[in-house]
Amino acid sequence: MNAPFETARLHDCRDAFVGMLEELAAANRDIVAVCNDSVGSSKLTGFRDRFPDRLINVGIAEQNMVGVGAGLANGGKVPFVCAAAPFLTGRALEQIKADVAYSQTNVKLVGISSGMAYGELGATHHSIEDFAWIRALPNVPVIAPADRLETAAAVAWAAVHDGGCFLRLSRVGVPDLFTEGHVFELGKANLLRDGGDVTLIANGVLTHRTLIAAARLAARGVSARVLNMASVRPIDADAIRAAASETGAILTCEEHTIFGGLGSAVAEVVVDSCPVPMTRLGVPGVFAHTGSANQLLDDFGMSPEAIADSAVALLGRKV
Amino acid sequence: MDSQELRFVASRIRRRDLQAVFEAGAGHVGGEMSVIDILTCLYFNELSVDPAAPLDPERDRLVLSKGHTALALYVVLAERGFLPRDEISTFLKHRSRLNGHPNRVYLPGVETNTGPLGHGLPVAVGMAKAAKLDDRSWRTFVIVGDGEMQEGSNWEAIMAAAQFRLDNLTLIIDHNRLQQGARLSETNDLAPFRPKLEAFGWHVEDIDGHDHSQICHAVSTATGTPGKPKCVVANTNKGHGISFMSDNVAWHHKVPDESQYRQAMAELMETGE
Ligand SMILES: Cc1ncc(C[n+]2csc(CCOP(=O)(O)OP(=O)(O)O)c2C)c(N)n1
Ligand SMILES: [Mg+2]
Repeated sequence: MNAPFETARLHDCRDAFVGMLEELAAANRDIVAVCNDSVGSSKLTGFRDRFPDRLINVGIAEQNMVGVGAGLANGGKVPFVCAAAPFLTGRALEQIKADVAYSQTNVKLVGISSGMAYGELGATHHSIEDFAWIRALPNVPVIAPADRLETAAAVAWAAVHDGGCFLRLSRVGVPDLFTEGHVFELGKANLLRDGGDVTLIANGVLTHRTLIAAARLAARGVSARVLNMASVRPIDADAIRAAASETGAILTCEEHTIFGGLGSAVAEVVVDSCPVPMTRLGVPGVFAHTGSANQLLDDFGMSPEAIADSAVALLGRKV
Repeated sequence: MDSQELRFVASRIRRRDLQAVFEAGAGHVGGEMSVIDILTCLYFNELSVDPAAPLDPERDRLVLSKGHTALALYVVLAERGFLPRDEISTFLKHRSRLNGHPNRVYLPGVETNTGPLGHGLPVAVGMAKAAKLDDRSWRTFVIVGDGEMQEGSNWEAIMAAAQFRLDNLTLIIDHNRLQQGARLSETNDLAPFRPKLEAFGWHVEDIDGHDHSQICHAVSTATGTPGKPKCVVANTNKGHGISFMSDNVAWHHKVPDESQYRQAMAELMETGE
């Protein structure tokens, strides 16, 4: 695992997504991309130039976009349906439920610029409810990769997975946390740092911040375990139970409302089988004020320092 | 206000908008330049609204459904006294009331929060229906983008408005022929709008959306058909008033560099005086 240097080179995971998608599409003629006008925002201009017939742009019509994706899957295609995460998940939620989840179609939903990546554009453009919405549906694995290597690995996994899924991508820069050739395993957490006092669980953009927090905690004499939990559903219950019994406290950290997201999914496992004190960091059930993505994460108590402080406070609740 | 004065105000609004985009390093300048003449005519000539009583039940309602051009609305609202003019400099700044899409909770004068395309018209239908239910004379106006008309929700609302005989509702389509990634004609071509809206039972006016006297006439009660909702197809140019932006899809949300900014300002100055 690479060390989480704050000064490390930052990458936009969308580039890794399209890089892998183009590679896969070159080998598999059935792979198509479906989008809603925003070819550039989904970084699909290269795909369009290489495979012009296989970029299906339905215009600004997200419900139609997901329905068309389901029909393409029925016709034997492997559609990657790409749109800004809030409009893909919020606008087309019933299409995702009926046409993808319930009909069990092979549609890969790719939410671009999820979380609060659109910062100053405001709450309409934030996608901080999508874990909760999609996680409530059967048959649609929910995956939030933490860096470009995990993103590429998740895309490769999705292309061969027989069924639908939701890939939640950001455009906020993150450093490399995994190594080249990383393989994504659905439902498996990654142990990024071992520790015995407390476990920090995160995914997406927050994994990087959480690793920095763990380093700060080490300097304060606290040994923190860090789990990357890209797979929100199915979730790695074994890793959560082990964390609970071995470290006795769990802090979750997500770019999502604390109602129904990663923290809730972890808490469901904890209350069912291994009750320990928990702290759930995230957006505290409000529409965000005006600010950039990173600024908002800081404002909502998810700067590395604040995460470390919350972990220390949590230690005080350990029994 | 006569057309000459409206032209002068619109030019001032364009310059303030451009300056804010340049300073914030973000915005949707193309669609702002295309909608400013429409907003100016509505706010300075047609709408009965009062900054001192922004929630007066008898006010006219204006919904900017193409919410990505919020900045244009903010500048117009500032010119009309709904917020201090110098607050425009906070656009997109940390904790500002002026985020990238209009928010009625933050800012009096905004009727409904928009940003996801295809929301304004259904809400406007509800507003117009409320006025009918209470037999009130206030009117409802809604501005949509032409690309935005690809959203199915608009067509559901178009059917409802005709069924409800909402002749107190005016839909203005900012028909600049461009959407985010390409021209409408290359994406999902809806034009021409007139026959489609007429087929759905609407009264339609087709105008030059940068000609102030045509805009004022079309949105006024001088045009229309009793019992029918009205659609004004405003033929506009994205980036209007700035030569290198005009009708150029690259300028959907691009930000001018220093020299482009200077040139754009100079061009707006020249036409505004
Ligand atoms: C539901 C939804 N889908 C996609 C977007 C992203 N988006 C913002 S502006 C835009 C293009 C709008 O084009 P048009 O309606 O023609 O507006 P204008 O040309 O006046 O800017 C798109 C696709 C959005 N805001 N909402
Ligand atoms: Mg347009």
